[in-house]
Amino acid sequence: MKSTHSMTWWDRFRDHDITYSFCHSPVTMLAAIVTLLMVLAAFGAPLLTSYTPFEPGSLSLMDAFLPPAWEPEGVSQHLLGTDGQGRDILAAIMYGTQVSLTVGMLSVLLSVAIGIPLGIIAGYFGGWVDTAIMRFADIQLTIPPILIALMIDGITRTSLSSEVHEVIAIPVLIVSIGLASWPQYARITRSGAMVERRKDYIAAAKLIQTPTALVLLRHIFPNVVGPTLIVATIGVAVAIIIEATLSFLGVGVPPTTPSLGTLIRIGNNFLFSGEWWITFFPALTLVVLVLSVNLIGDWLRDTFNPKLR
Amino acid sequence: MINFISKRLIQSLIVMLVVALISFFLFNFVGDPVSNMVGQETTIKDMNALRERLGLNDPFLVQFGRFLGDALHGDFGISYRLQRPVEELIAERMPATLELVFVSAVFAVVLGISGGLFTGLKRNHWFSKFILTSSLVGVSLPTFIIGILLIYIFAVKLNWLPSFGRGDVVKLAGGWSTGLLTLSGWKAIILPAITLALYQMTLILRIIRSEMLEVMRTDFIKFARARGLKSRDINYGHALKNTLIPVITVTGLQVGSLIAFSIITETVFQWPGMGSLFIQAVQFADVPVMSAYLVLVAFFFVLINLIVDLLYFVVDPRLRAEIKG
Repeated sequence: MKSTHSMTWWDRFRDHDITYSFCHSPVTMLAAIVTLLMVLAAFGAPLLTSYTPFEPGSLSLMDAFLPPAWEPEGVSQHLLGTDGQGRDILAAIMYGTQVSLTVGMLSVLLSVAIGIPLGIIAGYFGGWVDTAIMRFADIQLTIPPILIALMIDGITRTSLSSEVHEVIAIPVLIVSIGLASWPQYARITRSGAMVERRKDYIAAAKLIQTPTALVLLRHIFPNVVGPTLIVATIGVAVAIIIEATLSFLGVGVPPTTPSLGTLIRIGNNFLFSGEWWITFFPALTLVVLVLSVNLIGDWLRDTFNPKLR
Repeated sequence: MINFISKRLIQSLIVMLVVALISFFLFNFVGDPVSNMVGQETTIKDMNALRERLGLNDPFLVQFGRFLGDALHGDFGISYRLQRPVEELIAERMPATLELVFVSAVFAVVLGISGGLFTGLKRNHWFSKFILTSSLVGVSLPTFIIGILLIYIFAVKLNWLPSFGRGDVVKLAGGWSTGLLTLSGWKAIILPAITLALYQMTLILRIIRSEMLEVMRTDFIKFARARGLKSRDINYGHALKNTLIPVITVTGLQVGSLIAFSIITETVFQWPGMGSLFIQAVQFADVPVMSAYLVLVAFFFVLINLIVDLLYFVVDPRLRAEIKG
């Protein structure tokens, strides 16, 4: 048997419990492959497709309402068909997924960046600081995040002119979703910090007079961040749903840089006239993406921390 | 008990005050209310006169007090977009939303509880496994996609049910219009109610199932079995009763969020309720409607939480004993 020292990183990676668990869960493997492909297709869109669906000059109305390639009237240049303005649906989905993924991931990053520090502070110090932070979090938790995000978006829309709002719509959306979902991360981090602060290594760190800020950053933080990040994976799926819903309602990203939600909204208008593919393929992409991310999140949670189940 | 209720009432009042304050800030400091009301050709002098007349130069507390007083009288100002009193607009649309929420809540609670009981009691039955798997898919489907799917199947393809509106409504006393007295009204409410209820139903189903599984493992259920009680008495008389506290908490919260989620369902089905009014208000920056909706939804949330707290007393004899003793 090889000693740990002579093992390359690849050997260690291969022998790890997590790798073992991953290789024995076909559903998770499939979900991971699907997610990876979608991320590659979304961010590699400029390289993978020559269509530029959101530059008005490049569209041809002659190609409008073409069905998918396998239908009798479909053409092979537009695999999934075109919409009312002659946009290639496949290319639109690739660019739309890019927007959805960006908003989803950045807003979770923001929630985590707010939730973890507040959770650590609440759990470590306890007392009235804890009460104040967690009471606020509890009140916010009773209101659905989507309503809070709607409110924040509505307020910025009111206070800015529509031209300015169009430019900063995506950052505003990220901030609204991020601010709406921090409490759950604060809760998980807090319960971790409350356990850690009673342990001996923290007492030892305090004994050698480590500054409190350093104790929080170097000792508490690395030990509580894991479970929070696992929940954050599912959080990305939730954030993508919230973004898609807001865009579907017409208050999310502007039509000039559509996300999957915007594409579904546009396609929804053609459902009655029989052009089902305009809304079906973006919707399918959204559902598959969310389901895959959820499955990966569930697997991570069950593998790393079965107690959270 | 009186003590507990009054404590709860004070807490609710504080929450309402905070929401009113936010809504007041929204109303007065986001965007300029005066420039939203006047036309392009108004002079600065006229605008200042209007500002004075509206009391916008008064001290902050005076303004907030006046806002509270107006709000308590149901006066939320005039909609910028529709140029009509906000309370009138909301009163027109409230019946539609409340009926939708009520039907979905009944739907979610009845199906959620029976599904949860079935999957909890017969965990290895094939139907339980089917319910659980489909509920996982249900959670991953965004509400609006479920709505679109239902419209496509039942309205476009099969042509069984209408895809938008409330059908025929009947005016009742007090200005309440109901769609629940006509056949077309019932037909119209089916699809939106299912769409709205599905997600909440899944959550209720899952909490009941996990609570039932937990209770079935406890000693008192084992003893009840040892005493030879009928399994129906054990399941419903002993087990179900002991799961009621978390179930009521979750159900209450879910009914509250039904009101918020109705925004999405109402937009998909063009349901003429408060949610679609609110979305239009957000799109057109119609601040009075937004702030009134915020206060109203907060009020429903607080009310539901209060009812949930009181229900704890009804279902948990320990709480009643604690207060008497």
